[in-house]
Order: sequence, then structure tokens, then C-alpha cells
Amino acid sequence: MTQFAVRDTKAPSGFFANLPAPVLPLFLLQPLLRRVVRRIARENPGMFNRLGPHRSATYLIDPTNMPFRLLLRPDPENLMLRAVSRRSAPAFDAKIAGKFLDLLRLMDADEDGDALFFSRELEVTGNTEAVVCLRNALDDVDGSIAERVAGMFGAPGRASLSALRRAGDRAHEKSKDSL
Amino acid sequence: MKNAPELVCPAGTPAAMRTAVEAGADAVYCGFQNATNARNFPGLNFTPDEMEASVAGAHAAGTKVLLAVNTYPPAGKFDLWKDAVDLGARLGINAFIVADIGVADYIARTYPDIRLHLSVQAAASSPEAIRYYCREFGVKRVVLPRILTVPEIKQIKTEIPCEIETFIFGNHGLMVEGRCSLTNYVTGLSTNMDGVCSPAAEVQYLRDDDGSTTTKLAEFTIDCFSCTDTAGYPTICKGRYRAPHRDDSYYAFEEPISLNLSALLPDLIAAGVDAFKIEGRQRSRAYVRKVVAAFRTAVDDVMADRPPMLADLLALTEGHKQTEGAFKTKTWR
Repeated sequence: MTQFAVRDTKAPSGFFANLPAPVLPLFLLQPLLRRVVRRIARENPGMFNRLGPHRSATYLIDPTNMPFRLLLRPDPENLMLRAVSRRSAPAFDAKIAGKFLDLLRLMDADEDGDALFFSRELEVTGNTEAVVCLRNALDDVDGSIAERVAGMFGAPGRASLSALRRAGDRAHEKSKDSL
Repeated sequence: MKNAPELVCPAGTPAAMRTAVEAGADAVYCGFQNATNARNFPGLNFTPDEMEASVAGAHAAGTKVLLAVNTYPPAGKFDLWKDAVDLGARLGINAFIVADIGVADYIARTYPDIRLHLSVQAAASSPEAIRYYCREFGVKRVVLPRILTVPEIKQIKTEIPCEIETFIFGNHGLMVEGRCSLTNYVTGLSTNMDGVCSPAAEVQYLRDDDGSTTTKLAEFTIDCFSCTDTAGYPTICKGRYRAPHRDDSYYAFEEPISLNLSALLPDLIAAGVDAFKIEGRQRSRAYVRKVVAAFRTAVDDVMADRPPMLADLLALTEGHKQTEGAFKTKTWR
């Protein structure tokens, strides 16, 4: 599988642009991400079948308006989800880039990935088949993955997700109005 | 009194099927994870176990399940289609959607009590062709190609002995379906026999330094979107090309645009259409939920003689453009 190296190191923009850059140092984020990905994997073992050979692929998830990116390897035998600095250049097989709230709406099954792609708000590079498999695997998970992740952190997690969803809804309405 | 048309909705995964059922589908259509259906995309479709559970779930909710076995078996590979049909029959599906006459013949002889629907992949658009399928295989419904006007559909209805299903939303699909060899020419894989148009493994999106995106299928560049352009699916028929008679690159075949017949629903019902199909087994649960719910409401409104509530579905359309295509006029472009 061809691996790509990250070249772009553009600064975050939009909704999160004015946030102070990483409130949490990345090394503190890593155990949380490990916990999240293990929990999702444990609760949805069937989703890995849809990934086929791409379960060993490395995906770079790029929330373009956040100060970090995420590296995902959805291999149940060798799971990885970790945050990487925008200054680093990790190798990846496929990259999915979009605004954080759009990516959240995708995880919530509240937004259609193809529609975001058509409007150029979602960008895909690298191994397209790996991206299609990941999309189909996640879309076959009933309910909201975001909700389950938020639930892991109790009331503060759920409150944060609600706030993010409200912000997402406002941004969504605003973008519809501007069409 | 008008008969309520059946709302036939896409289900690419078990979760999408549940979503379609909850959103008001009268019937769902789906396929197995192989070349027997025309959406043989990676990570999509149903394993036998998933199909069994999903059929049971849909039936419990009163929703019919239509199994797409609508590709063309190459010589020597018929057993794959036969196995899909046998399994579908064993799981209690309500109808098979077929295109190939060999598959149709096998079903008609082996499972005469299960309905046969003629897929759009058969591209049967004349009363003569449709009557042939009805006579030879007992076809109960034809899915019409998207190249006919509403008055033409109304006329065909008077000349055939079976139900009519028309697409109302999704892919515009103007190629002579089941005959398109563009993907085969470029990638060696056949849309009609392998069930995959523009296989994802052959698609590449290359971001250029100026922010534009170049789309390639195998070694062929098929489009380049600037930052401000909307995008479409990476299919050859929707690419932009240069030609000697043009100064600029242009959409030589089709363009990225979706069919949306919400405003024509009353006319289609009056023309005698028996079922409305929503395209998009490759799309997400979010698409299925929004589109199925919108058309459920609109169809129910028309049947109750209320002005139909037409939800705005533009954000879900390809290239953020929609058309009534040939249904409205043959000079749509």
C-alpha cells in the first residue's frame, strides 16, 4: 500500500481559530484516545469486517480547524488512535480532512459524507478504497459514535457534546442560508 | 380512487435498512457483498447472516425486501448468481430485481411464486421489450430508464401488463443502463458484470498547490475542480474533457446533477406509476433518513390531496444541482 507523507502544515481556521492552541498537551490526550478507540472496537466488532484489507491502513483524520490531527489504524489486533501535532509529518495511507464540526456530524450519522464531498467541505486523498471502506464501516454502526464517546466521560462529556452539536447546528444553518 | 405508490428505498448496510424502514419505506432494496448486484462497492452490502436478520427485521415492520441480482453473469460464473437467488428465496425476500435473461429464467422456473422486477439495468423502455419480459419470465414490475417523459410513461402504462416503477431521486443516470462500458474501457472491470462503476481502488484525488482537486480514474484524468467548484462522483460519464471543437474542457456526456422529481409526484401518480424508487445504496444513513422521510411526507400529502410538503434536498444532490431531466422535457440540457 502506498504511504503518503504529510506536507501541509496550515494553521487552523474558522470556528476554533480563536481557541488557545492545545489546552491539553498531546501526550495527555493519548490515553484518552486509546480508551475511546478500544471501547468503540469492543462494542462494534462487526464493523471491522467492512474494512477488509484496509483494517491495517493508517488514516490521517484532519479536523482542519483544530490544532492537532489524528492518526487511526482500525486493526482490532493492533488498534491505534493518537493525536499528532500539525508540525509532524506522519506517513499515512489515506487522509480525510474537514472542519471539526462536519467530522462530528459524520460520526453522529447526521451528515452525508458524499454531500460534504460534493460541496468540497470534505477532502479525501490517498487510498480512496480505504476511505470508502472506513465510511461504510462507521455508517453501519447503529446510533451515534460521538454520543457513546461522550458518555464515557459522564455528565461533562455529554454536556460538551451537546454544546458542540448546538454549535454544529448553528454553523450548518448558517452555511445553508449562504447557499 | 388513486392507488398509493410504493416507496422503494435504498439499503446499503443493515443500519441503512433499519433507517429506511423507520423513515417510512414501503420496500427496501439491497444486495449481497459480491458482483451479483450493481452497487458492489467495498465495505457495502450484506453478508448472508446480515441479510437474514435484516429481512426478518424489515418484515416485522411490514416493509418488503427486494433483492438486487441485477448484473450480468459472465460465462462460467453463473453459480454466483444462482447461489444469491437461492439464498434470497430461502430468506424470504419479496422480489428479485433482475436484468439478465438467464437469471430471470432461472428464477421464473425455480421460484415461480416470487415476484420478478425488471431492473433499470435491462434498459427496457418500449412496450414491446417490456411485454417480452412479462411474457417469457412473468415479470410483475418494470423499473423504467430515466429517459422518458411523464406522457410517454402514461402511454406505456396502457400498453403493458405489469407495474411501473420510476426513479424519483438520486443519480440522473442517462446512459443506456446495462450497456455502459466506460469503466470497463478504463479499468478492465465491468459495471455490468462486476457490479462496480469507477471502482474506488482506481480512483485518486490529487490536491494541487492552488487548492484545486484533480480526479483520476486509473491513469486518466477525468476532472479538475477549482476551490469554488462543487464536485461530483468520479465517473467517466460525469468528467470534463477537452475536444478539438471546444476551447475549454466541458461535460461531454453528463454532468454532476441529481434527479429530483418531488414536484412531479402528482403527475407521475396520475400517469399510473405504481412505485417510486430512491437511488443511493452507496449513500449514508443520513442521506437515507432525510430523503426517505421527505418523500414519505410528500407522497402521503399527494395521496391525501394536500399540497405536497417538499423538503429541501439540494444539499444532498450531486454537484449541488438538481433536475427533472427527461421526465419534464427531453431538452433539459
